[in-house]
Amino acid sequence: MSKTLFEKIWEKHVVESIADGPDVLYIDKHFIHEVTSPQAFAGLEKRGLPVFRPQKTIATADHNVPTLHQELPIKEALSRKQVEKLTENCAKYGVELYGLGHPFQGIVHVIGPELGITQPGMTIVCGDSHTSTHGAFGTIAFGIGTSEVEMTLATQCIMQGKPKVMRINVEGKLHPGVVSKDIILHIISKISASGATGYFVEYAGSTIRSLSMEARMTICNMSIEMGARGGMIAPDEVTFAYMRGRKFAPQGPDWDMKLEEWKKLKSDDDAVFDRELNIDAGDIEPMITYGTNPGQGMGISDTVPDPEKLQDESERNALRKSLTYMGFKGGEKMKGMHVQNVFIGSCTNSRIEDFRMIASLIKGKKKSPDINVMIVPGSQQVAAQIVKEGLDKIFTESGFFIRQPGCSACLGMNEDKVPAGEYCVSTSNRNFEGRQGPNARTILASPLTAAATALTGKISDVRELLNVNPA
Amino acid sequence: MSSKAISVVTSTAVPLKIENVDTDQIIPARFLKATNREGFGKNLFRDWRYIDNDENKPHEDFVLNQKKYSGKILVAGKNFGCGSSREHAAWAIKDYGFDVVVSSFFADIFRNNALNNFLLPVVVSDGFLHKLFTAIIADPSKEITVNLPSQTITLDGGDSETFQISDYKKTCLLNGYDDINYLLSQRAKIEAFEKSI
Repeated sequence: MSKTLFEKIWEKHVVESIADGPDVLYIDKHFIHEVTSPQAFAGLEKRGLPVFRPQKTIATADHNVPTLHQELPIKEALSRKQVEKLTENCAKYGVELYGLGHPFQGIVHVIGPELGITQPGMTIVCGDSHTSTHGAFGTIAFGIGTSEVEMTLATQCIMQGKPKVMRINVEGKLHPGVVSKDIILHIISKISASGATGYFVEYAGSTIRSLSMEARMTICNMSIEMGARGGMIAPDEVTFAYMRGRKFAPQGPDWDMKLEEWKKLKSDDDAVFDRELNIDAGDIEPMITYGTNPGQGMGISDTVPDPEKLQDESERNALRKSLTYMGFKGGEKMKGMHVQNVFIGSCTNSRIEDFRMIASLIKGKKKSPDINVMIVPGSQQVAAQIVKEGLDKIFTESGFFIRQPGCSACLGMNEDKVPAGEYCVSTSNRNFEGRQGPNARTILASPLTAAATALTGKISDVRELLNVNPA
Repeated sequence: MSSKAISVVTSTAVPLKIENVDTDQIIPARFLKATNREGFGKNLFRDWRYIDNDENKPHEDFVLNQKKYSGKILVAGKNFGCGSSREHAAWAIKDYGFDVVVSSFFADIFRNNALNNFLLPVVVSDGFLHKLFTAIIADPSKEITVNLPSQTITLDGGDSETFQISDYKKTCLLNGYDDINYLLSQRAKIEAFEKSI
């Protein structure tokens, strides 16, 4: 019988199917970080259990680390304690840790792929919803809660109901100035913040195939923002070229053997999906969000939707609430509005390609004096590569300062926050109320749109800076 | 029966008539620095509960601050628990004193987290959810009964609906078993599986 890629990988990892219950799913790789793991280790201790397969878990510190002066002890006591607890737990249970100061440290979803730990056909979990990022390599990767982190540490398995499968086909050529972040924001705006709940998504089509691995990761990363359990892309030559020679990727004869396996990882031609959605790449503009969930997005030349025109009472109230929080009115244009902050970073957009893309836009131009810009690379390796390619000089000459790796103002757990009431054009993944700090107002956008905004001080259409005509 | 077990809950309810409640609202990230599972209830819906993060300045119109509403059942708008996978959200709701959350739709990760913490997520139809909101708001003393053995939710005075839950999870909740207990009992199978790959 023909099968989807998702089904092939899932079935290969089922240890046991419980009648009228979940499957016991074997996990190939488990990533942990300081925020969602301490209670899991405490659980193991209480039960008197070891970590069952410590070599299959990799740890890093990212969510709650400072992005300045990482060489110094963390000032804030609770944050310091949380990071120290991770170090203690990893030493005690024999788990490899890429902590602060380690050359491999960084955002968990940036380091897994760049180190070659993430490999096609794997099952991957992490106590973080953006684990879906790793799906860009043709893996089943999804976020879990701390009880499930404990399960994985204790047994290398978790218990999961098998989700339905959706395919999203993106076909055609992107307009200049439109990048992968715009594709995924466009998809979520079409399907809504809950439209893919209960599904695992496979992204396919000529547009997806044409994207680099970094761009594919941005798309898979935000699968959770439409409610999907995860997102994946079948591996291809782009995937294999990216992986070859990476630190933990197979080498020599092992590589050749694995490559043969990986080449078979795709949905059968006549595989049936529970749902399919077709997107025309030519319809996509640079995107921005106007509301307080990632489904509330629009093209930059559009106007904010008017709640009073909505028929459904609960939808009308929800949109009113969002716009009140954001300080926007139905019918107005956002392009040209002044904003106080720009954040460039997060597991969505902090990879080397993002920095290359921004550098090419800002080269020879100056940052607006009216705007605070926070730029945070995804990992120590990305930070080192920025210097190696001389991109740091371009940033410095344009008036930008690059901080040290971490999750930073994406979730505002550390001191990197957007002040109350202020706007922030952000390359991150969530525009929820208070996400970047109490009463902060987040506008999600691509790295290009964020960088254009940093140059002008206003929400900007990057196509005007690139001298290309908006479609 | 384990102290964690859940069977029949009869209680008044708190109506949170908001859709797409994300886990950043349930418990903001700045409160995730603790390394234990206890005490998150005091920060449940922190930024909706207090003005400027000040416990002396409650938002009077937020449901948790309205004295007329109380109970062990939280009734919320659709797509409850979306966003971040933080289990702290389930811990906060449970720690505050809720045993059941009712909505017409839950985000997947939150639902698993809730079940793993013996916080019962009950999915009802849009129509029944509307009835619940209307009834609770009209009379906050109205009781709701959530009966796990019979998989029914009943509004004081009559209206009732059945809800779905897998036999496996139902057995776990009724007996206070968790998934780790089960997985540990399957260790031989897991080791055999590892040899087969």
